[in-house]
Amino acid sequence: MPVSTASSKLIYECLKDVGVRIVSALPETWLVHLIRMSEEDPEMTLVRLAKEEEGVGISAGAHLAGVKSAMLMQNHGFLASVNGIVSCAQLYRIPLLMLISHRGEFGERDPWQTEGGGVTEHVLDALRIPHATLESPDHVGRRIQKAQTLAYSASRPVALLLCRDLMWEET
Amino acid sequence: MKRREALEAIYPMLDDCAVVTIMGAVAAELQSIGHRQNFFYLQHAMGLASSMGLGIALSRPELKVVVLDGDGSLLMNLGGLTTLARYRPRNLVHVVFDNESLLSVGGFPTATSTGSDLAAIAAAAGVPRTTTVHSREEFFAAFGLAKEMDDLSTVVAKVEAVGPSGYVTDLSLLENRYQFARYLRSVPTETAPRA
Repeated sequence: MPVSTASSKLIYECLKDVGVRIVSALPETWLVHLIRMSEEDPEMTLVRLAKEEEGVGISAGAHLAGVKSAMLMQNHGFLASVNGIVSCAQLYRIPLLMLISHRGEFGERDPWQTEGGGVTEHVLDALRIPHATLESPDHVGRRIQKAQTLAYSASRPVALLLCRDLMWEET
Repeated sequence: MKRREALEAIYPMLDDCAVVTIMGAVAAELQSIGHRQNFFYLQHAMGLASSMGLGIALSRPELKVVVLDGDGSLLMNLGGLTTLARYRPRNLVHVVFDNESLLSVGGFPTATSTGSDLAAIAAAAGVPRTTTVHSREEFFAAFGLAKEMDDLSTVVAKVEAVGPSGYVTDLSLLENRYQFARYLRSVPTETAPRA
């Protein structure tokens, strides 16, 4: 499976560096290494979800209890989480760090991913969620750190879109 | 049993717990009995009270966490029961007030009014201890046992579909949120938190 191990490792190490200790996730192809790394790390608590919106509640609870967390999900999982993001994380000013695999962009071969890919950034904009893309390894460290910094200073959700050029090694 | 009576019965047992409630009647009634800094009222995001409880319970394993859920809310996040059971936080007590209706928005009947059994669903999801109670005395005993037990429990309390006349209180949402976070961070930990 050509999911980039090197990029996944880089992202994971940056999450650790910014203090993330709980990761909630629902598996998707591009996230397999990140989820495995979270599971194998004794310093990390991985919460495997039935539906992504649960992760908003888990992160909100963890934040109020003083523990930093991140959500790993596909953009369709983000779309499935919108009410939780609005009426839990935004209403209660929770600094929510969301890492969203940006399926359905240029290069996407799976027809079923394409509608979600086309609306993800528009929905983020409509929700006034600050977001940036991670397209190359050069972006990862600084953008994760800056996203986390803004999430905490603004007490609001932020999103990083994990893009094909970073996550997928074409064969 | 009326939910307010059930809340009054367990109120003294909530003083050393982190309590997360759903919106509507549960939040308003608990506040009217007496707000405390260790109570958080999730005034929207239906379904996520149990997920918030899980997040707190995983972050602070030495602290007892009580979630006061409802049938309408839980039915919106049944998958969350499988996540709760999977991680089985031994410090979490999950109470579900089941009035078989969406009382706060007009009293429309939920699926528990036509036979869906939330305690059975929780048990089938893997929650190790589940029970359904119908009287104040039974609820008092079941909650006390669940709180003392070092394991995850779901206690479904069948209650009448009656509530307060209004739901808005003078406690602002953000005031409650910051107060509750301060409470959670001020409770001494025996073992260092994972932060």
